[in-house]
Amino acid sequence: MSNKAVGRKTSGLDKALRVALYTVLLVVAAFYLMPFIVMLLTSLKDVEEIRTGTLLSLPATLNFESWSKAWSSACTGGSCGGISPYFMNSFQIVLPAVAISTLVGALNGYVISLWKFRGSDFFFAAMLVGCFIPFQVILLPMAQTLGWLGIANTTSGLVFVHVVYGIAFTTLFFRNFYQSIPGELVKAARLDGAGFFTIFYRIILPVSTPIIVVTVIWQFTQIWNDFLFGVAFSGFDTQPVTVALNNLVNTSFGGKEYNVDMAAAIIAALPTLAVYVFAGKYFVRGLTAGAVKG
Amino acid sequence: MNTKAANTGSGPTQSGRPARLSLADWMPKIVMAPTVIVTLVCIYGYMIWTAVLSFTGSRMLPSYNFVGFDQYERLFNNDRWMVALSNLGIFGGLFIAICLFLGVTLAIFLDQKIRAEGAIRTIYLYPMAISFIVTGTAWKWLLNPTNGLEKMMVDFGFENFKFDWLINPDMVVYCLVIAAVWQASGFVMALFLAGLRGVDGDLIKAAHLDGASTFTTYRRIILPSLKPVFFSALVVLSHIAIKSFDLVAALTNGGPGYASDLPANFMYTYTFTRSQIGLGSASAMVMLGCVLAILVPYLYSELRGKRHE
Repeated sequence: MSNKAVGRKTSGLDKALRVALYTVLLVVAAFYLMPFIVMLLTSLKDVEEIRTGTLLSLPATLNFESWSKAWSSACTGGSCGGISPYFMNSFQIVLPAVAISTLVGALNGYVISLWKFRGSDFFFAAMLVGCFIPFQVILLPMAQTLGWLGIANTTSGLVFVHVVYGIAFTTLFFRNFYQSIPGELVKAARLDGAGFFTIFYRIILPVSTPIIVVTVIWQFTQIWNDFLFGVAFSGFDTQPVTVALNNLVNTSFGGKEYNVDMAAAIIAALPTLAVYVFAGKYFVRGLTAGAVKG
Repeated sequence: MNTKAANTGSGPTQSGRPARLSLADWMPKIVMAPTVIVTLVCIYGYMIWTAVLSFTGSRMLPSYNFVGFDQYERLFNNDRWMVALSNLGIFGGLFIAICLFLGVTLAIFLDQKIRAEGAIRTIYLYPMAISFIVTGTAWKWLLNPTNGLEKMMVDFGFENFKFDWLINPDMVVYCLVIAAVWQASGFVMALFLAGLRGVDGDLIKAAHLDGASTFTTYRRIILPSLKPVFFSALVVLSHIAIKSFDLVAALTNGGPGYASDLPANFMYTYTFTRSQIGLGSASAMVMLGCVLAILVPYLYSELRGKRHE
């Protein structure tokens, strides 16, 4: 809660200041909202309206044609099936990658905070570097490795890459969360004869819901929004939606259809926006937790 | 911190001294093993691999004919790289400075018992949930001179309004700044707001009792105590700046010409489309150097600070 006392007697000056304060906040809000509103308006206009109108002029009729075109028949690079197949690719990449990296992160965090062994702290520190390196440093070796493993240009390959470079973050999240669990709890359970996995499953997992939510949301957003790995490691049919969107927007043949571009961009942003709207609290928590250490 | 002391030398934390090691004692190590292997190979191993490649004459395929520092020499004689590097300086500097300024200011403003604070915060932060590709697509449309903001202002009656930064080689890098600030400043605001809420309330009350004005309280007490938040925001922002790749790809594609290239885009282009693997690897190593130059002092001060507590 805020502790800054607002003056008890509101003088004229205070009132004026507060009006100014609200004005600034609302103008800034307009700045943040404007691009999205323009995208939405543009996606609902036809090409002629776009040519004659301005960014903020309203469409004469609600026209969803560009949305269906973006979804199912717009040309992205070579093929003309809209962005829907790539949207599905993104889900095929994101769902397993989020599930695996979260599970691995939970187990790692559990070991690092409650089953320390010689070198586990050192290893954790070494692993944190993985949160920071610019991925350009690993792109080429990874491309070679994916080729050797026979999963170059496949969705499995992308799942693999996202898991490998996601576990540093997921481990960090779970480790920080499990730090607050007293070690005596594990000790007592061990004396009662409970094993490694029993303790994890019976004692640790039931209290982990908040951190699981934070981690899943963080990973979902990161992987869905990824472009670098997508463009470097995907094949023609396995591109994630971000890559397809970029191809669609930069496709040079034919007249430019900004309404279709904008509809496609909104479609590509919808899943993460939905997560943000429905679970914003956890999203912010992940962001700040990631920032404190990463 | 005492866990660390207890841990060194005494093997497993639960030092019940079992006579024989059972499977359960190995379980933690077995569970961690895949992560250890993957980290050693895919982070450290690949880093070394790229470093090695940067000293070879590799072109389309990796080859191992060593050429010393030739690639680095070529890199710094390459005009496109120098443009990318100076763009990173301009882009990174402005992006970080503006985000920090906006972030602190908005956080302080929002901390004044604002009605509908939650709604406003949600609006400020939503760009962070969106991909840089979507951000780039949106701003490319807003900033394009034929149909975008320029036309809107002209139609509003400002007939001489000109805004062609997106196609102007001298100004295009500022378009990157605008879009990136739009995306990330709300996040910085959230960081500082969380920091403000964590400031000790008694301290502020005491200052008020001593007759300090709100302005003085902020300047002398609240802001100085936010130093850690400031540093982590700085690290995160510089990290975003150095890694920026998607925004350029979507907003300008490096153009006009290569006027808006950033190092990440240079690396990608030379490694994957121009078959200059050696040169691309050298550029990746320079990027890594930049990140380490920021990170090492930060981690060092973090760890030292912890030890003094």
